[in-house]
Amino acid sequence: MGMTIAEKIIAAAAGVSEVKPGDIHTVELDRLMSNDGTTHLTIDMYNQLKNPQIADVNKLVWIVDHNVPCDSVKTAASHKKMRDFAKEHGITFYEGAGVCHQVMMENHVTSGELIFGADSHTCAYGAVGAFGTGVGCTDYLYAMVTGKSWLLVPETLKFNLTGKLNDGVYARDLILSIIGMIGANGANYMAMEFGGEGLKTLNMSDRIAICNLCVEAGAKTALMEVDEITLDYLKAHGREPKHCFQSDDDAVFAHVYDIDLSTIKPIVAKPHFVDSVVDAKECVGTHIDEAFLGSCNNGRIEDLRVGAKLIKGKKVHPLVRFLVVPASAEVYRQALSEGILDTFMEAGAIVMNPNCSVCWGSCQGVIGENEVLISTGTRNFKGRAGHKDSFVYLASAATVTASAIKGEIATADLV
Amino acid sequence: MEQFSGKIWVLGDDIDTDIIIPTEYLALKTVNDMTPYAFSPLRPELAAQIKEGDIIVAGKNFGCGSSREQAPEIIKALGIKCVIAKSFARIFFRNAINNGLLLIENETLRDAVSEGDEITVTINEAIEHKGIQYPITSLPENLVDIIQAGGLVKAMRKLNGLD
Repeated sequence: MGMTIAEKIIAAAAGVSEVKPGDIHTVELDRLMSNDGTTHLTIDMYNQLKNPQIADVNKLVWIVDHNVPCDSVKTAASHKKMRDFAKEHGITFYEGAGVCHQVMMENHVTSGELIFGADSHTCAYGAVGAFGTGVGCTDYLYAMVTGKSWLLVPETLKFNLTGKLNDGVYARDLILSIIGMIGANGANYMAMEFGGEGLKTLNMSDRIAICNLCVEAGAKTALMEVDEITLDYLKAHGREPKHCFQSDDDAVFAHVYDIDLSTIKPIVAKPHFVDSVVDAKECVGTHIDEAFLGSCNNGRIEDLRVGAKLIKGKKVHPLVRFLVVPASAEVYRQALSEGILDTFMEAGAIVMNPNCSVCWGSCQGVIGENEVLISTGTRNFKGRAGHKDSFVYLASAATVTASAIKGEIATADLV
Repeated sequence: MEQFSGKIWVLGDDIDTDIIIPTEYLALKTVNDMTPYAFSPLRPELAAQIKEGDIIVAGKNFGCGSSREQAPEIIKALGIKCVIAKSFARIFFRNAINNGLLLIENETLRDAVSEGDEITVTINEAIEHKGIQYPITSLPENLVDIIQAGGLVKAMRKLNGLD
């Protein structure tokens, strides 16, 4: 029987020739990413074990990105614990380099790998055809000390893309549309696989944005077919693929969706659920207090270019705080060299260092009671960006920037 | 098989990890310090009302969102004996087992109960509510062992003779 990309990666990692959905396999992990959200908990548990050892320190990547630079004495203690442990054990360590998934994409992930990340958006790595999945810190710890874990082989939903996104419509609109269509648990326990001619029209930034958000439909992982765009990206970042898997012609999918990219429109996800999506036009005129352009989902150079082009020569609305947060130092420096950060600052935006920022509602830019944020972040759960009685709308870089200019939700054609 | 009864708290669909424990309280030193804020964006009074041995009954996609393991830990620290939901988000499902929190999937119970009702759970067999039996699926023995030990790390410590 034919296999899907997810099945092929698990089979390779389990050292068997064939797997099928529902099987549970012990797998060898290629890479283990953890960030300052929970690494301190992993260290505490590690220290409770009998003669603990790290199976292969070369697989570990630790990234401080959630609260950087540190915002409190408590966080400083947690970071110090992580930093000291990483130094003592020789773990690859980043601090201030960017949001973990962007740093991983730029520096580590390659096609065909099986990766655990102690962060739900680890499914982003499917953009280069790697099986990334989010785990908690106990699963992470087990993988760290044994190099292995167990995985239930997921069923796969196939998204066959055709056509091309219209001008002014972005990958972010596409994935929000898909999540709205299948629901917040529409892919629970499953893999979401993307392929078809339409995929070839999407660049690596688009692909990361799509895969990254699949966990918001409950997916275990997201995977894209490896093609020339993937191989060019890896080459440009000095890496070779491990495996270039495609699903077999006779692979079995739980469901196949055909999506014509030209039918996608600008989308807004309303509070407090990511699948609560509507045509962006329906939200036009909604009051906002803050706008956020950044995150592992939508803080890459391509997204900043979209925002900068719109805002050049205009001003941020006087009653709005517009936070611009490049997803990594690499993105930051590129934006700097292109004059993009200057454009944002000229317009009155607050440009910040690469980090998770208000997307996770702790470090920077949190919103107060009854305030409204429009965001390119990952989630709009109740209280996600600050006060429990606040509101988050999710949209593309274009819609967020247009809204920052207007002081209310607006699409790009309105500015 | 182990049997227990408890009073239930009823929640809706898509109870996410930011509802279970909002980001702003994750910096608190211990899970016990965080428990007063559990479910606070949705029902600020709930954490103080929950008593040892109570049970949560919820809708679909319970635990969706972040991989933060404090979410199942806090539910357990509140004294909740188990969570019964129409479905669970997958990261939360693994995290709950790894922290010794029993989860049971059941599609129909949620719509038949009212908050404050008492139910009886017989592990791996059924849930009983007002004389009606709701069959439940079995957990493999090794997962039951992990849950009963209080989580994976505690199970490993027990295995290694540390506890």
